[in-house]
Amino acid sequence: MAVRGLVKQGEYFDSITLMRAGKALAQTAGVQDAAVVMGTAENRAILQAASLLCPELEGASEADLLIAVMAETDALAEQGLARAMDVLAELKKRTSSNTAFRPRSLQGALEGLPDARLALISVAGRYAGELARKALENNLHVMLFSDNVDLETEIQLKQDGAKRGLLVMGPDCGTAIINGVPLGFANAVPRGDIGIVAAAGTGLQEVTCLIAHEGGGVSQAIGTGGRDLKVEVGGIMFLEAIKALQADPETRLLLLVSKPPHPAVLDRIATTIKGSGKPVVACFLGAKPDAMAGTGALMTTTLEEAALLCVALSRSGFADPARSAKDVKARLEARDAGLAPAARLEAARVAPGRKVLRGLFSGGTFCYEAQLLLGQALGTVHSNAPAFGSLQLKSALHSEGHTVVDLGEDEFTVGRPHPMIDFDLRNRRIVEEAKDPATAVLLLDVVLGFGANLDPAAELVPVLQGLQGISVIASITGTDQDPQNRLKVEAALKDAGVTVMPSNAAACSLALQTLRALNG
Amino acid sequence: MSIADLFTQDMQVINIGLEAFQQGFRHGGAAAVQVDWRPPAAEPRLLRALEARAGQIQAANEEAMGRVLRGRPMLVTMGTAIDLIPGMAKDLLLHAGPPITWDRMCGPMRGAIMGALMYEGMADSKESAETLAASGRIRFAPCHEHAAVGPMAGIISPSMPVFVVKNEAFGNLAFSTQNEGLGKVLRYGAYAPEVLDRLRWMEQSLYPTLRAALELTGPLDLRSIIAQALHMGDELHNRNRAGTSLLFRQLAPAIVRTAKDPETAAKVLEFINGNDHFFLNLSMAASKATLDAAAHVPGSSLVTVMARNGTDFGIRLASTGDRWFTGPAAVPDALYFPGFTKADANPDIGDSAITETGGLGGFAIAASPAIVQFVGGSVADAMNITQQMYEITLAEHGAYQIPSLDFRGSPVGIDVIKVVEKGVLPFIDTGVAHKDAGVGQVGAGVLNAPMEPFQRAFEAFCEL
Repeated sequence: MAVRGLVKQGEYFDSITLMRAGKALAQTAGVQDAAVVMGTAENRAILQAASLLCPELEGASEADLLIAVMAETDALAEQGLARAMDVLAELKKRTSSNTAFRPRSLQGALEGLPDARLALISVAGRYAGELARKALENNLHVMLFSDNVDLETEIQLKQDGAKRGLLVMGPDCGTAIINGVPLGFANAVPRGDIGIVAAAGTGLQEVTCLIAHEGGGVSQAIGTGGRDLKVEVGGIMFLEAIKALQADPETRLLLLVSKPPHPAVLDRIATTIKGSGKPVVACFLGAKPDAMAGTGALMTTTLEEAALLCVALSRSGFADPARSAKDVKARLEARDAGLAPAARLEAARVAPGRKVLRGLFSGGTFCYEAQLLLGQALGTVHSNAPAFGSLQLKSALHSEGHTVVDLGEDEFTVGRPHPMIDFDLRNRRIVEEAKDPATAVLLLDVVLGFGANLDPAAELVPVLQGLQGISVIASITGTDQDPQNRLKVEAALKDAGVTVMPSNAAACSLALQTLRALNG
Repeated sequence: MSIADLFTQDMQVINIGLEAFQQGFRHGGAAAVQVDWRPPAAEPRLLRALEARAGQIQAANEEAMGRVLRGRPMLVTMGTAIDLIPGMAKDLLLHAGPPITWDRMCGPMRGAIMGALMYEGMADSKESAETLAASGRIRFAPCHEHAAVGPMAGIISPSMPVFVVKNEAFGNLAFSTQNEGLGKVLRYGAYAPEVLDRLRWMEQSLYPTLRAALELTGPLDLRSIIAQALHMGDELHNRNRAGTSLLFRQLAPAIVRTAKDPETAAKVLEFINGNDHFFLNLSMAASKATLDAAAHVPGSSLVTVMARNGTDFGIRLASTGDRWFTGPAAVPDALYFPGFTKADANPDIGDSAITETGGLGGFAIAASPAIVQFVGGSVADAMNITQQMYEITLAEHGAYQIPSLDFRGSPVGIDVIKVVEKGVLPFIDTGVAHKDAGVGQVGAGVLNAPMEPFQRAFEAFCEL
């Protein structure tokens, strides 16, 4: 095995370009592993961990571009480096031949767009906070897609935003839809009367898509980033967003989506929604059913239940919320019971002796919800992001027994593209899991929408269609109006032998029943 | 302002980072601007610390820019370097860029010095000139430290005739030599006999003729000529055809009237007419005279000098006065004369970047569609470069306008803070010299200033 590296001094490329270059490099024949990253301390640590930090890369500064290639032989590694340079040159040419003027700063952008309302910031975390601060000073609402922004900065930004009457969505806010405009990873959904506040990015995508699928519409979908409901931040933006939706005439009911908030924050949310005049549906995945007692909020267990209930309430004109809630629960119970024949079919596809679940998720909320729905029923579940009593995997790279993996966690994404964009990592893992003689059911999420991979079927089908002796169950989060078109993706996956379910909750239910059928 | 207000407004988004999100904006019908963001070249800690001084810095920069924008450079007369340039001496040669010693000088700088020593009669051969230059008996100093500017090697020797440009608003003077033309010339490092013969003719015929003509015309308003030339397709650094023509029109009758004979008048007029860069040295001296009025404004982050000596790129700030901040000079991206390639090119050289410092040259390239082949061939590219320079400048020039940008004032007054904060580097048009002494010009092109001098200047500014 040979590792070769190259330092390009003072070269700067945005992260997407680096991702594309890294991907092209990884696909080069003979290349085992590769990285194209800026030389920050974190990135160097990652290279070190991946045994890619070769002597050539020592002494590089954080403004330098680092390229590292691991291959069978020196010659192949050298070829890989040359290939990386070609790819970068090609990508660079493509951006510079674009003739539209691109300002280099927020100030420059404001000259071109003086009535700008919102800044969507997705640069490296250590620069993002400063840019967000400047955006607020210029009276811009902010969506901070970037992660790795420290907690103190988040608190300052959100306090400042609240004082100025400006939204601060994030840091680490993956999804929002404001005035019908998808921001970040978001889907094409119709406008309507359901206003959503969510601390969970893929959770927000799932509920908006399920609302659309059910025939409902979204007034606004506001993300806050996962830390907002922690006690340190105190739910500043979650609360501001609730108040804004309460004041918004287009919004007739509110949907709140999150992991269980800190109790002190939950109290504040309860106080804010009490007597607000608009019905509230809450989906605090894993929270106690009485968590919002006395507020009039309707509690739901799954993202799917929350979405269906919102549409039912909207459609019924809020005539009898309790009744609507009961109906939706009953409908979903019936649906799950009705999956029994499908589960027997799935079980019949599994080769003898295979007994365990392997869930590979690109959406963190889905991995979390899967543990909520499967954890107790399966006994022991392992995860790299354990919740609800799951055990921590010894290594995120190796499954043990029933395992669900969040491939969006840092150990997979730092220095690499997000798994919703780049399927390579998960595809390799799918092949590994299928080879494991214990694997019975493979559970996947496929997230569509703006920002996500534009042709997920082309990425997944070649890997999935060859699989024998296991059941593959997937949910698709997306709509037929998304650039990828949900129907087309669904048809392609079905052709490849995948059983496609309408939601993550439904996919989990089918997976669970399949395992029960197998394990008696 | 409240969050709910946002819900009633048209969405207009500034996207800083991943361009893939633009697809969502298009779907939702939102107007959007993509920011071509780069990491700042300074520590965020330093930038934040400066914010406490923002009020003072702004006031100082307004003072400095007021001086720059009020500048009124006039060509008043001519004379000999030894007589006029402050501090000039028999054993002193002025050169382009920041200070440099003989051992670190590049080929064309050495060639020009050897040529100048032969021109002065201080050496009679290339070899003896080289020995003398290396002996320590000749002192070298930057033109900029003597109120002067010189293109490329920028050598000014004691006997050379110089233009005198006076900034009438403040009374300060700037000096520059007469332009020799393109190709095999002293400023590109050539020192062959025909190079020295031309210099002698310029001293003995061109200079007295021009000086006499100027006495008749009286002071010429260079700001006015530059403003008109910008409307006629010059950016006053790599293209000076319009400026030269306008100067020619103003001088021709006086030359005819004052020349010692018609043949001399004809030769002088032919020389100016045959040298599209004749006005460059005046464009430079005008920029120098204008910027020098702001050379000592305490607390200002204005860049008052950008200059290169073929080895180092140096800058000065209004607030740090005579101090130089330097870093290695880079090789320009260029179009080369037949038979030459980038391998022949010397790193960036010359005081001519004073034009960019003053809002001309690369900063005004949108005014000069005729030379867009230097920047990728499209007019849109040239427009984008000028527009980008507005991001690092403090003002728009009142008199210098860019027709293709609806006569917007050219971007003027580089702010060192903006340069490091935005990672946007000044864009410079330039000629390219052969890296070896004695060859001359091999092409012309463009490049961005290096970041290092700006980072150093910024750090020094932070410590003020």
